[in-house]
This record gives sequence, C-alpha cells and structure tokens, in this order.
Amino acid sequence: MSFELSQETQTRINEEIIPLYPRKKSAILPVLWEIQEEHGHISREGMLYTAEILELPAAHVFGVLTFYTMFEQEPIGKFHLQVCKTASCEIMGCKGITQKIKDKLGIGTGETSEDELFTLTEVECLAACEIAPMMQVNKDNFGPLTPEIVDVILDELKEHGETKTTKRCL
Amino acid sequence: MPLVITRNFGRENSRSIDVYRENGGYETLTKSLEMEPSAIIDEVKNSGLRGRGGAGFPTGVKWTFLDTKSGNPIYFCVNADESEPGTFKDRHIMNSDPHLLLEGIIISCFAVGCHKAFVYCRGEFHRQIEFMWNAVEEAKAAGFIGKNILGSGFDIDIVIHKGAGAYICGEETGLLSSLEGNKGQPRIKPPFPAIKGLYDCPTVVNNVETICAVPWIIENGAEAYTAMGTERSPGTKVFCVSGPVKNPNFFEVELGYPLIDLINNEAGGLRDGVELKACIPGGSSMPILTPEEVAEAKMDYEALNAMGTFLGSGGVVVVPHTMSIVSLLRNLASFYAHESCGQCTPCREGSGWIAKILQNIDAGRGRPGDIELLHDLCDNMRGWAHKFHPIQPWLQKDEGMGGSKTICVFSDALAWPVQSYLIKFRHEFEEAIANANPSAAVPADISEKTPFTVLNH
Repeated sequence: MSFELSQETQTRINEEIIPLYPRKKSAILPVLWEIQEEHGHISREGMLYTAEILELPAAHVFGVLTFYTMFEQEPIGKFHLQVCKTASCEIMGCKGITQKIKDKLGIGTGETSEDELFTLTEVECLAACEIAPMMQVNKDNFGPLTPEIVDVILDELKEHGETKTTKRCL
Repeated sequence: MPLVITRNFGRENSRSIDVYRENGGYETLTKSLEMEPSAIIDEVKNSGLRGRGGAGFPTGVKWTFLDTKSGNPIYFCVNADESEPGTFKDRHIMNSDPHLLLEGIIISCFAVGCHKAFVYCRGEFHRQIEFMWNAVEEAKAAGFIGKNILGSGFDIDIVIHKGAGAYICGEETGLLSSLEGNKGQPRIKPPFPAIKGLYDCPTVVNNVETICAVPWIIENGAEAYTAMGTERSPGTKVFCVSGPVKNPNFFEVELGYPLIDLINNEAGGLRDGVELKACIPGGSSMPILTPEEVAEAKMDYEALNAMGTFLGSGGVVVVPHTMSIVSLLRNLASFYAHESCGQCTPCREGSGWIAKILQNIDAGRGRPGDIELLHDLCDNMRGWAHKFHPIQPWLQKDEGMGGSKTICVFSDALAWPVQSYLIKFRHEFEEAIANANPSAAVPADISEKTPFTVLNH
C-alpha cells in the first residue's frame, strides 16, 4: 500500500515545521500530527514516511508513536468521544456519562459505532476539572455533562455534524 | 490585592494583541529591553517568585544556575503540559491571555540571554495551541518577536510545540526528551537542565503561570510582589477548585489564603446536601487533608508542608461524603499506573501492583493484609523513607537510604497520596476488606492472567 500525503501538507512539513527546530528529530510529533490530521490515523506507511523524511530509524518512530496515547494506529470514527475518567470527573459522575454513550451507541470503550461516526475512549485528566464531568469531542471540550446533555450532543452530531444547542467550552 | 496573572481575563477579546496593548501590554517589554539583563534576574530573584508547576523552586535562582560559559546556545522551555489531575489554570491563561505568556517569555529570554523558546503544550490543548500560534503571529507582526525586536538588537523566536498525551512530559526532563523527538522519559539529574538540558545545552524550564508573573514583577518591582502573600511564599497564585462546589473555577488569591475560604467564598461553598469528606490541596499527587485539616490549612508552601502535604500545582479537589475514599484512590492509582513511563522498576511495577490491589479492594475482593502490602509497596517507591512512620511517612527523611529510588519523583507522587489516604481514612479500607466477598466478580479493568493490564506505555 502506498502512502499519500497532500502536496500542501508536505510543503508545510518541509518548509514550515521542520525549520522550526534546531534538530530535525524534534519535528517527530508535529509530523505525526500532520499525518493524523490528514488521514485520521497513522498507518505503518505513515510511520515509515516520517522515518524517511526525518532520517530516523523506523523503530524509533514506532517507539515514539506508541509511547503517546493520542496517536491512532487504526482508523477511528468521525467523532472521537474522549470521556475524562480521572478524580474530579469520577467524583462528579463520569461513569454515568460513559454508560449513557455505551447504551446509546451500543459500543464499548475503545470501540467504534457501526456507522463509523463515533469512537468512545475513556481518557485520563484533560485539565478541565471545573466543567466535570466532561468530554472532548475531537478538538472541543463539553461539560459539565449529564446523560441528557450527552443524548442531545450525540443526536446533533449525528444529524448535523456539529452541536447546535450545546456550547463547546474552551 | 492587584491581580497579577488574571488581570485581563474578563475583557472582551482578551486574546487579541490590540486589547492586550490597550491595557498596557508589551509596555513592560519595552522597559525591560532598556534594563541590564542581570537587573531583571535580580528583580525576579528578589520577588521570591517560586515555580508554580508543582515543585516551588525559586525562579530567579533557577535562572542563575544556567551555564552561560559553555558556549552552547541557551534554550527556554515553557511547561504547558498541564496534566496534574485537578489543575486547569494554564489552560485558562492560554485561553484568555496568550500575550501575557508571550511577553513573560520574551522578557525572561532577554534576561537569561536565550534566543529560542519553546512552549510545550499538552496535545489535548488543541484550541489553546491555536490561540498561542495566533498570538505568536500577532506578536511577530507587531515586532515583538523576531530579529532585533524594537530596535534593541535582541533576537527571539518562539515555537509552540504540541505534545501527544503523556502525563510524564510535565516532568521537566521528560519534557526535554519529548521535545528532542524521543519518548517522554525523564533523565537522571544531575546534570540539571540548567547545565545540560535541551540538546545538551543549558536550558530553563518554567511553568506557564510562573512566567506570566514576570511582566508584573518587572513593571511593579519585587517589593510590590513581596508585599503580597507570606514572607516565604510571596505573591499570588491561581488556584483551581473542582468537585461538588457551587462555583468550580480558578481563582487568583494571595498565597497564604485560607483553604476553607477558598472553598466557601471563592468557589461558592459546597453544593446543597453535600458534606465535606476530604480535600486534595494541590493536585492529585499531594497527600489528602481531612475536614479538620481543611479548616486550618493556609494555601502557601510552608503552611501546607507543615501539615504534611504540599501546595503542588494548586489544584484543589473537593471530595464529598458520598465519594468512597477507596474508589478515589483506586481512580488515582489507575491514573499513575497508566502514566508511568516504565523506565524504573519501582515505579513501573509498583504503580501497576498498587492499582491492581486497589481495584480489587474497591470491587469487594480485598484480602486481609492488603493495607500493609500497599504501605510496603509505597515504602519501596518513595525516595525519602523506608521505615514506616505512623503519621506522616511521606515526610520523614531517611538517614540510611537517602536519595531517590527512581529517576524522577513520579513514584513518590503516587506513594504520597496512597499512604496518606491509607492512614487518614484507614477505616474505609478496613471496612471494604472486612466486607469483601472472594467470589465477587473480577473488576472489568483487571485481567487475572496478566499483572499489569493498565500499563500502556
């Protein structure tokens, strides 16, 4: 399987990102981010591409890629539901939130819904404890959540591709 | 009390450079560029400003440790990998006032003679990273970042770097490893970053909030800063309060502020029907406080140390009477087991076993002797003491062992809360074990076949 990356992204990587750093190797996370932004995940080919342009052993890139939790090695749903499960969020009821998502979408943690719209992950503290219980949907935070609010968010995402009534938090 | 960090937060469009400048922003930078760099360092040193990320090391003193004679470039890294559970202040600083952080960085870099700064943001801060990059572009266009800024002859470049999800990258040497393009694994100190940091060059690593205090200190003078707070903990601090309070949020108050007032006044008090069972004063790594201790606690470095806990990152987590302490500790232990970088055996194995034992106790599968076993594990993870001290073992310095058992303080940061919870709320653990049912179902997150189901790294 060949690996393709848009010309735009390639140019950004070579002309903007790599020159930011005194040493090429430092660009490893930003390059992996670019690939994930475009493809939604980082395939084996994406990893090899990163190794090639940064002149690194593929094993090193693989080691780094798997050390960090935010890189996906398999395709995930269009909306990544990341429910925080740490301290304040558990105190404030994140288990009910996760359960609501599981029941509504018929998926477990780490799974993607059949329509490939939603992937559920339980993650560690997202540094948004004031809106606990909270979740991050792709790049936006939502909270404080109740099972009812989650219901609305999921319906709206499914129908409109965005949330209309629930405001995202920064 | 003047606000040092959060003064611009309420303004409309506070993120934009125009609003920032209308309110005096970047004026301190202009003033600083006319000062002697050493005078800036002295001012910060005299202000008594201490690191706000958790360790509380005096900032100005840290700067003077820099090896300026090595001939290598000096790097400046801002730790924006905010991931200590209970803490969310840096996220709000970058949301509301990214230019304050930039101005702080530029002044600090000028003071220490650095021309390249990195802001290491945790990967989950997608929006905050966008705000920071926008702010960098605005500041470049206005001539505050780039070559020969404001005609001073000083060059500065600032790069916003996006992490990818690893608590350990908030440890300064883990951060540097990550920034170099490696796994975020901490390194042995010494050499400290000030001598051999990023790319083996002298490096400063400071927390976001710390650097945001620098412009105010230079503008108003060290004396004005030390007029706030306590003698040994001067200035203000942004505290984060979460849990079942009426107004969970961040609040900037003077150091030494009573914890109970922070909860009852700033955070609006407990929600109706909630009773206080316990409180974590400074992020999840810190020993817990009982309601009696909460009533007396003053939020500064020394006062909390005297109570056997630490100010940490200032993340106050209010624990209600409905929350089981066993469950809370199980939650935190699972967090640490997941986030251990895996380099050092006491931490990797210890955090996995502690999590597993606590998951079992919490699921009604505790066994007699588990409490002692947990203490034993902690004693083998903690750097300071190996003898069991009945009251505050996490504070007792051990004469025989000394030093640390691991490369960084991560394993201590798990052992402290575990032992303090076990000692202060022992009855809850005893009760859970006494009521255990060996035939209870194995918790879903545990596999009986593998000891460490929660280790991902």
